[in-house]
Amino acid sequence: MSEIFFEILRPGINTTIQDYGRKYLYHIGVTVSGAMDLRNHKLANALVSNNTQEATVEFAYQGPLLKLKNGKINFAITGDVVFQIIRKNSEVENGKCYKNYFLEQEEQIDIISTKNSVYGYLAIGGGLKLKSYWDSFSINTKANIGPNNGKKFSISEKIQIKNSIEAKGPDRQIDYNNVSNKSIRVIKGTNFDYFSTESQSKFFKEEYSVTNLTDRMGMRLKGSILENKKSTNIKSEGLIKGVIQVPADGNPIILLNDHGTIGGYPKIAVVISADLDKVSQLTPNTKIKFEEVSLEDAENLFKSYLSETNKYLNEIN
Amino acid sequence: MIKNISNLGDASVYCDFGSEVNENINSEVIKYFNYLSQLVKNNKIEGITNLSPSYNKLIISFDLSLTTFSNIKNSLEKIHIENEVKRQSKNVKIPVCCEDKYGLDFERLCKKLKLNKKEILNFYFSKEYFCYMTGFIAGMPFLGDLKKNIRCDRLETPRVKVPKGSVGITEQFANIYTFESPGGWNIIGKTPKKIFIKNQIENPALIKPGDRVIFYEITEKEFLNWNE
Repeated sequence: MSEIFFEILRPGINTTIQDYGRKYLYHIGVTVSGAMDLRNHKLANALVSNNTQEATVEFAYQGPLLKLKNGKINFAITGDVVFQIIRKNSEVENGKCYKNYFLEQEEQIDIISTKNSVYGYLAIGGGLKLKSYWDSFSINTKANIGPNNGKKFSISEKIQIKNSIEAKGPDRQIDYNNVSNKSIRVIKGTNFDYFSTESQSKFFKEEYSVTNLTDRMGMRLKGSILENKKSTNIKSEGLIKGVIQVPADGNPIILLNDHGTIGGYPKIAVVISADLDKVSQLTPNTKIKFEEVSLEDAENLFKSYLSETNKYLNEIN
Repeated sequence: MIKNISNLGDASVYCDFGSEVNENINSEVIKYFNYLSQLVKNNKIEGITNLSPSYNKLIISFDLSLTTFSNIKNSLEKIHIENEVKRQSKNVKIPVCCEDKYGLDFERLCKKLKLNKKEILNFYFSKEYFCYMTGFIAGMPFLGDLKKNIRCDRLETPRVKVPKGSVGITEQFANIYTFESPGGWNIIGKTPKKIFIKNQIENPALIKPGDRVIFYEITEKEFLNWNE
């Protein structure tokens, strides 16, 4: 039986493979990686009857143009994504997110772009055929760890698909609305008191703008300069996803999935777990505001986030 | 001992062991790190996803869908680590070639430290270093402490690319760039030795927190013919 794969006719801007990411490796300097928008990653998998941990193709802004070779597949795309399916007779079908489709060999998926968001996910029924690195298929392009030599995909490369015997599955579809919320909830960081009282209140009152210097490692913001009255450096220590650190120039940086594992800038705040998916989806020039919540609130908000995710997953199954 | 336990966000525990950087405090951090790693390995504690030891802090990340800050904090407060925890550290020897084409910052260092190259290297090679932590980039060791007379600030403008294998010094620390990376450390040489081998999944990092490291000088010929 011939291998089923996608031939990459156009790689897109930043097309990688992601799953839940890596664990227990911070202490040797290997970061977590994984899907930037975990809920959309899960929903894509569920729509093609996969386990939610299965690896998906993550793309940013412009996605890939993929041609299927040697088989049939069942796929779904999630996010706020414009895509088309180019059928064998050259007929072009406009795709709809949160719905599964069947694709035959020589047919193509053209992921044109994400709308008012950054990341989208493509899941294939039965999964992708990949080698795992430390129990994860996630590609970390900064450390070159993961499948495809740890690099984003280039033209003419292949994405191997597991030979699923049964390409057909039930038709699945949900109504899902990617709500973009400009208010980001945070918990005060361990160095909040390094900043002047004025800067502390500005941090919560004024708008910050997402800059172009934003990728899977982190998101640089611009706005009111945060004045540090104690020290612009701390002794280097561990970092986690969601930490908002402020270097000497006074502009905050939100750390995202491929962040460095240790760093020496003061931590003014940390984005709550419930808001991490939506932070990842913020596009450059978006104006955001930080809102302080307590640990208890954050824990409850995460419960609501999880139960909402589960509600959609149950709706699919 | 942990001086203070607080939350960093809603999914990590921030253990503060003090504000100074010294071997005693760092050894305490590493002791807790090793102990908790064992608990995780043996499924004796639920929900921990990562442990980040550094000079004087230990950050414990966890999965908020499985546990909470107060659960982990309660477990931590019950832990009593006996002092005779088996020493897990080892000694590592690292060859370094210090020809000018690899030691990129001797001009700056000589000027700042008011020492010549030979003197700097004598001070550098005549010390055994302690690995406080690894990270920033995969496997990069933070080693200390440098002798006082060769301590120097970072470059004013960091390099966009520091070559892989470069050996650097800054303030009281020495390091090794395990990958090509941006960086601001003063580069004094390059090692041919593989410090981080990502295909060696079980044990990718040659140097681990708590290990002791000795650098020794090799000629360019030895550098170029290095074979592992």
